[in-house]
Amino acid sequence: MVAKKTPLYDEHVKLGGKIVDYAGWFLPVQYEGLIKEHEAVRNDAGLFDVSHMGQIMVKGKDALDFLQYLLTNDISKMTDNQTMYALLCYPDGGVVDDLLVYKYGPEEYLLVVNAANTEKDFKWMIDNKKDFNIILENISDQIGLVALQGPKAEKILQKLTDYDLSSIKPFHFKRDIEVAGVSCKVSRTGYTGEDGFEIYSSPEDIVTVWNKLLEVGKEDGLKPAGLGARDTLRFEATMPLYGQEISEDVTPLEGGLKFAVKLDKEADFIGKEALKKQWEEGLKRKIVGFELLGRGIPREGYEVYKDGKKIGYVTTGYLSPTLKKNIGNALIDSSEADLGNEIDIMIRNKPVKAKIISRRFLKK
Amino acid sequence: MKVLKDLYYTKDHEWVKVDGDEGYIGLTDYAQDQLGDIVYVELPEVDDEFEKDEVVSAVESVKAASDVYMPVSGKILEVNEALLDEPALLNEDPYKNWIVKFEFADKSQLDELMTSEEYEKYLEEEV
Repeated sequence: MVAKKTPLYDEHVKLGGKIVDYAGWFLPVQYEGLIKEHEAVRNDAGLFDVSHMGQIMVKGKDALDFLQYLLTNDISKMTDNQTMYALLCYPDGGVVDDLLVYKYGPEEYLLVVNAANTEKDFKWMIDNKKDFNIILENISDQIGLVALQGPKAEKILQKLTDYDLSSIKPFHFKRDIEVAGVSCKVSRTGYTGEDGFEIYSSPEDIVTVWNKLLEVGKEDGLKPAGLGARDTLRFEATMPLYGQEISEDVTPLEGGLKFAVKLDKEADFIGKEALKKQWEEGLKRKIVGFELLGRGIPREGYEVYKDGKKIGYVTTGYLSPTLKKNIGNALIDSSEADLGNEIDIMIRNKPVKAKIISRRFLKK
Repeated sequence: MKVLKDLYYTKDHEWVKVDGDEGYIGLTDYAQDQLGDIVYVELPEVDDEFEKDEVVSAVESVKAASDVYMPVSGKILEVNEALLDEPALLNEDPYKNWIVKFEFADKSQLDELMTSEEYEKYLEEEV
C-alpha cells in the first residue's frame, strides 16, 4: 500500500523535511535536525503536523454508556469542552489503543487515536456496538491537525486569534474559534510535556494555519519539528507510545498508566475484570526508568539482565537531548524494579551497567 | 551529496581510502545525512582482526543505531578516538574524519568495491 500524504505534505517538502513512511503516512522525521527541533520545543516552541492521527466520532443517546463500556477511564467525570486520556482494552487487559476523548456534549464525543490503529479501533468499536444507540463515524480524512508545543506556544498562537487563549485550561478545548482567519478547534493538549495547543481545522485550512504560525512564530524561535523530536520529547515526559510501553501484550497497569484505569468505576468496561485481578494479585512485571552507567545508547528491544538472568527488555531508549544522559524505559520483573537496583542492558551482545531511576526524567 | 574521487565505496555507504598496504574506513556524505545528528560511536580495539562484512564499529544518531561493516578483511591499526568525544565530526566532514585505520589482509578484495563513478550511479539509481 502506498503511504498517504497529509494536507501539509507539500509544505514539508518545501521546508526540506526528510520524509519517511510512518504508519502509512508520508511525514517528516526531521527538518533542520532532531536535536535542534527538540530543543526548540523545550525552550521556545515547535510545530508538528499530526494530521495523520485517527479521529472517530461517537454520537447518540447512549454515547456515554458506550464509552464507559469501552474505555478504562471514567468518562462520566468529563465536562463539556474537556479532554481525557483513556485506553481501549481487550478482555484480557491487553491494549487495543490509547487515545484522547473530547467531550463536545452529553451525546457527542470525539476520539483521537493512533494513526496506525485507526482501522483496528474503528472495527473494534463496531464489533462492540451491541445494542447501544449510537452512530460511529471515522472522520480522519476530514480534518487537518497541527500541534504547537513549547513555553512560547500561547504567546505565538495569540497573535493569530482574538480569543483569549489563557481561558483554555490544560486538557480543555474550544471549538469554532478563528485562528489566522479560519475556523478551528483549539485544544490545550500535547505529547511533549510542554504547554501547548493542538489545532484542528479542515484539511484545506490547516495549510493556512501552519504557514501563518511559522511566519508569526519565527521571532519567538518557533521551528517546524518532525517525528524524531516528537518521540524523544514524549519519552522524556513519561508519555507512553503504543507498541512500546503498552501493546496487545502489555497492559496499562504494567505500562504505568494506573491513573487512567478506573478499576472502581461503576460501569463494567472491557478488560476490567482481568485488570482488577492483575492489580490485586500484584504486577509480575512493570515499566521502569533506567540510566545507563556505562557507554552506549539503550534502544527499543535490547534485553535486560540481572546476575546473568534475563529479566525483561527495553521499550524506549535514547541519549536524552534535554538531559544529555543515556536513559530508557524497560519492562522488567517487578522483583527487580526497585529504584537504585543495578541491572545490565545488553548492547550488541555486551552487558552494560544501568541503574533504575524514576521515569519522571525531567523532574528536578 | 558529495562523493570524492580516488576512494572505494560500498553499498552500505562506507568509503575506503588506500595508502599502500594500509587503508582507512569512513562514512559517506549520504550516510551521515541519512543518519542525522550522530551522537555516539563505538570503536573496535587496535589489533582486532575482521573478515570482510563483519561489524567493525557502530554509529548512532539520536534516532537509530547503525552498524559499520568491514568493507574488506584486515587488522585494525588505529581507531579515531576523537570521535568518542565528538561523534558529530562524522556529520561535519565525513571524508576527513575516518573511523578506523587498518592493514589489508587481501588487497584484491578492493576489486569488489565501487569506484566513485559507480557509487555516484548507485546513489542515483538505487537510493
